[in-house]
Amino acid sequence: MLLTQLPLGVISEVVSLEAEGIKRRRLLDLGLIPGTQIIAKRRSPSGDPTAYLIRGTVIALRSEETNLIKVR
Amino acid sequence: MGLTAKSSGLNLLRETFNLDVERNNPIIALAGNPNTGKSTVFNALTGLKQHTGNWPGKTVTQAQGYYENQGQEYTLVDLPGTYSLLASSTEEMVARDFICFAKPDATIVVADATNLERNLNLVLQVTELTDNVVLCLNLMDEAERKNIKIDIKGLEEELGIPVIPTIARDGIGLNDLKNMVTAIVNQDKQIKPVKVKYSPQIEAAVEELLPEIKNTLGELSEGLNLRWLALRLLEGDQTILDSMQNHYFRENLKGGVDCYGVD
Repeated sequence: MLLTQLPLGVISEVVSLEAEGIKRRRLLDLGLIPGTQIIAKRRSPSGDPTAYLIRGTVIALRSEETNLIKVR
Repeated sequence: MGLTAKSSGLNLLRETFNLDVERNNPIIALAGNPNTGKSTVFNALTGLKQHTGNWPGKTVTQAQGYYENQGQEYTLVDLPGTYSLLASSTEEMVARDFICFAKPDATIVVADATNLERNLNLVLQVTELTDNVVLCLNLMDEAERKNIKIDIKGLEEELGIPVIPTIARDGIGLNDLKNMVTAIVNQDKQIKPVKVKYSPQIEAAVEELLPEIKNTLGELSEGLNLRWLALRLLEGDQTILDSMQNHYFRENLKGGVDCYGVD
């Protein structure tokens, strides 16, 4: 499924990044590579962005980014 | 530190970063992920009270200060906190351009000892760009509290750079850090960082690009890390060309190199 669809509090794992070029680079630099554990911690009132725990740091991502990340 | 023709060319370049070259100090850059205590290290070394705080983008423009060690004054430049040097934001561009073009005599990378995995990405990117790097492993007290033990020797061997554990808030380890920087600047300490090797296809493409880049840049290629530049061009990174133009040329460089980008 897409990271966007991940419910709060569920531990999941990155399968692949569908982004390319500088967007892909950005996600990789945030520590998102296949196999990385990721948990959705909090969602803003409007539903976007969502805060994720990635490698020990909480980072907010917008759906425009999380739509490009496949997790399981 | 002898002043050669080449180093006065460098001084002109450093002036574009608002560095006071009259002082003729060695230039030390301070890089690191956001929230690693970088500004705390900066303040502890320089005695300045730059505002420290926990929010993104606090240090967008670079702050400067001075400190003395073993009778020599150093200029310390606090770069914005970034996860990367690959210039997808203003902060990253500021940090990258400074290391690339102002060519600091040494670069301190401050890392959060409780979160090494995340922090080492930037360390590798900095050592890909410059050799004179020391890793300042900060927040060692937090790490201890979380029962994290770090094999400093092992880390030094794997990275090929010196690693200094610190607790900047309490001033612990900062003398060791200053002495290491002095040793690097005086070339008493030679550093050969372990470099990332890419897939054979990428390495072959880099080899192919190198002579072209040398040709295009001529004399300018002297102080630049051409392998690093080739890797950026292969990534199709337009921002590095823009920055080179800003720092080196008034006229158009783009036409010469652009065709090798992957775009």
